[in-house]
Amino acid sequence: MSNSTARRPRPLSPNIQIYRPQLTSVLSIVHRITGVLLSGFAVWLVVWLSAAATGPRAYAIVRGVTASWIGQTLLLAATFAFFLHLCGGIRHLVWDTGRGFKLRSIYVSGWSMVAASVVLTAATWAAGLFVAAR
Amino acid sequence: MASDMRSPLAHAMGLGSAKKGVGHWRAERISALALVPLTLWFVASIIAHTGSDYATFIAWLRTSIATVAMILLLIALFHHTALGLQVVIEDYVHSEVKFVAVIAVRLGCFALGAAGIVAVLRIAFSG
Repeated sequence: MSNSTARRPRPLSPNIQIYRPQLTSVLSIVHRITGVLLSGFAVWLVVWLSAAATGPRAYAIVRGVTASWIGQTLLLAATFAFFLHLCGGIRHLVWDTGRGFKLRSIYVSGWSMVAASVVLTAATWAAGLFVAAR
Repeated sequence: MASDMRSPLAHAMGLGSAKKGVGHWRAERISALALVPLTLWFVASIIAHTGSDYATFIAWLRTSIATVAMILLLIALFHHTALGLQVVIEDYVHSEVKFVAVIAVRLGCFALGAAGIVAVLRIAFSG
């Protein structure tokens, strides 16, 4: 193929903003977005472990940042992102075995993973607050 | 032949861009499978240590199970992160920046994973 052919503007499919968002497409992009967000959380994990290895003073600084309202908000967001990515990932692994592709199954598993993520996030924070209050 | 999922004909004809797609896809799934128990263990451990002081936290991380599980978590997590971010970059970045970004992600994940493992080992073998 010559360069002139490659440079000719090719027909493009309609832009994404004209489509009505559907559960299927929203959860697809949510899986990506949560994956990228969790990469940031993975960096925080290494910072946290490194601070713990350095000593009590460094650990106290990282703990202070985590305990601040902005740290707690990010941690809550990370918890929800984690459970969405976990449940979405399990849904993907089931799909990889060739199961669950009926339209009804896709909507049932989709709403189930959203509900499970909300419940698991709430349960995690309830358990954490309970332990902290002991 | 069993090591990749292409048909014998596709294999013989050498179809596929760099012949690495199946390996990438499979590694992403295997690391995902490993991360299911490891991340659930991590979340449960963090819940159990909410509000505990430095000494308690270090004592926990020094137990054999916690040390080994945390190192396995770091390996699976950064392997999965590198594979996942690479796909995201390849899907949205179409300039020469793509190669730089993929290499940066790879090296960054390697460095972070190594740093995390060293931190865990320092805690495990200190004092």
